[in-house]
Amino acid sequence: MLINQPKKRYLNNYALINYSLKDFRAGVRFESYLPHLPGYPDRFSGTGIGYRYAGYYTEILDFTVGNFYEQFGNGMLFRSYEQRQLGLDNAMDGLCLKFRPTAGVEIKAVYGKMRYNFDNGHLVNSDGLVRGFDAAIDFGNFYNLLADSKFKLVIGGSFVSKYQKATNPAYIMPQNVGSYGGRIDMKYGKFFLTGEHVIKENDPSFDNKYIFNNGHGTFVTLGYTQKGLGIILYAKSIDNMSFRTDPNASLTDLNINFLPALTKSHTENLAATLYPYATQPVGEVAFQGDVFYKIAKGTKLGGPYGTEINVNFATSYRPVRHTSGINPADSTGVTYKTNLFDKSDSLYYRDFNIEIKRTLNKKWKVGAKYFHFDFNNDVNLVSKESHGMINCNIAVLDVQYKINKKHSIRAEFQGLWTRNETVNGVTAKQDKGDWATVLIEYNISPKFYFAVMDQYNYGNPIESKRIHYLIGTAGYIFGASRISVLYGKQREGIFCIGGVCRAVPATNGLTITFTTSF
Amino acid sequence: MKKLFLIPIAAVALFAFSPTVSDETTGGKKIPSVNIKDMAGNPINTAEVSNDGNPIVISFWATWCKPCKLELNTIAEEYDTWQEETGVKLVAVSVDDQKTTNTVEPVVNAAGWEYDIWMDPNGEFKRALGVNFVPHTFLIDGEGNIVYSHNNFVPGDEEILYQHVKEISKK
Repeated sequence: MLINQPKKRYLNNYALINYSLKDFRAGVRFESYLPHLPGYPDRFSGTGIGYRYAGYYTEILDFTVGNFYEQFGNGMLFRSYEQRQLGLDNAMDGLCLKFRPTAGVEIKAVYGKMRYNFDNGHLVNSDGLVRGFDAAIDFGNFYNLLADSKFKLVIGGSFVSKYQKATNPAYIMPQNVGSYGGRIDMKYGKFFLTGEHVIKENDPSFDNKYIFNNGHGTFVTLGYTQKGLGIILYAKSIDNMSFRTDPNASLTDLNINFLPALTKSHTENLAATLYPYATQPVGEVAFQGDVFYKIAKGTKLGGPYGTEINVNFATSYRPVRHTSGINPADSTGVTYKTNLFDKSDSLYYRDFNIEIKRTLNKKWKVGAKYFHFDFNNDVNLVSKESHGMINCNIAVLDVQYKINKKHSIRAEFQGLWTRNETVNGVTAKQDKGDWATVLIEYNISPKFYFAVMDQYNYGNPIESKRIHYLIGTAGYIFGASRISVLYGKQREGIFCIGGVCRAVPATNGLTITFTTSF
Repeated sequence: MKKLFLIPIAAVALFAFSPTVSDETTGGKKIPSVNIKDMAGNPINTAEVSNDGNPIVISFWATWCKPCKLELNTIAEEYDTWQEETGVKLVAVSVDDQKTTNTVEPVVNAAGWEYDIWMDPNGEFKRALGVNFVPHTFLIDGEGNIVYSHNNFVPGDEEILYQHVKEISKK
């Protein structure tokens, strides 16, 4: 019997070659997908040049022709970047100019199309065009206006527009979509305050279900920092801010802007792979607080090397959409109104976590971390087996022992427990139930590491799904090259194993990674 | 019935080749010229990094990267001695993006690191040096040549790095 077997061998290959001579720099990146790894955009195929540029870079002028990555302010209007391990790449293809006429002033201009695909060895760009302009003045350096002051001030503004002859049989689509915003960064002694506000003009799209509302976004950060202590408070309010070069695009395609999620980037296996929160571009009101404290070394509480504590709280809500006095069927296409930081009671996400790390002596380091997540799976779909709010607790214990100058061993023990919930008279653990992860890593400096990790869904309400995600990995580092071999079943997330961190797609089988730079 | 198990194999290869044609006098690979900012917001041209002819360590890190922070914390315990003995300077380049850039300064201050901190939120300097994963550490000699690099951190690596620092130190 013939079974239609899925492809069993995959190869992603990248070679980046940079060349520089004094102020001139040029580069190309060859890419091969033979075929692409699972978890990458399905369209990537073949071998060819996926990125090429040439440019001239001096103190006064940066000039790039070809592909480039760039960001304005916080990226809420424009950010082109790559996260290659996950197949994300929205490189611009065109012209980028950065001009610094005098100290403290920077003017940027970008013009071009955006990477959409890599088909049969050819780079395929967006149909739509992106044009952007950004200027910032840093008064600390600008004619030394604030050079001797404790007060620092940077102000900036951006304008970004998209042009596409979009056609849609049902709507009259705008060809030009303009967006603009301003930002301010202030610092006074140990305090800092930054804010950015952006507006995007009407941009009916697949994401916003073809409404003609304007979008808006606000991002504010207030912080205090001194030796041994850091406190940061974040607030974000966005509505209808999905912005793509093609309004019909979806998923991770053709994003012009970047809306940072107000959460920590968790790297502990269970916290990183099960309930990761992503920004809701359609709209959210979010807050975060982050406190870093180091109990000084030599004190009774701090111990001989000091003790580090980090407390983090993040939360996100649905904005209130006011519809009174608005006729959604009228010719404007505007269907609701939202105000800044006007949140409803509808919770999208809540994350409280606390971490304590301590170096006991030259040989032992220990860390403990506790998380509580309230995760709205209807809004941020990560589990098809679940509905509504998932509540869970996670505990992590991380122990490291240095055997001698070269040999060390590290172990992580993690548990995740979801809440019991009664649905239709049946009480069961929410979603996939409880998990445990054990990671053991043996390192021989500077060349080798070996690790085994088992992520075990021991408490899945469905007995047949109590699966072990078991991986074994080893690495060899020689000079500026490293080769790692990983075998097993792995869930998507950020993995920090063998002394290096990287984002990984879900894999099953044998993965060989070779990296070198010379 | 015989069952044939096929193991799925996935391979990723990442090559980065960044030759820099330098002044005729030296001939080693140099730091490319990229315009970024330091933690205080001052403009930095990466090619102009200098330390009075003493060695420089450039370490790419992120606030969410545990091995990176382990490396920088481990070196911090020895940093005074390293500086006295060799005059070395460490530049820690944060690759945190906008999600976490604002936490860089509080993390650095809370940890009490005395390093120069540069910000590379969109990966420009990272790409120019062919860095794929963090941590990635480079050692630059007094003439600006890259003489050593290492792409991970496990306990003990700091001593190997320091041996290389001592080899090129003129102190």
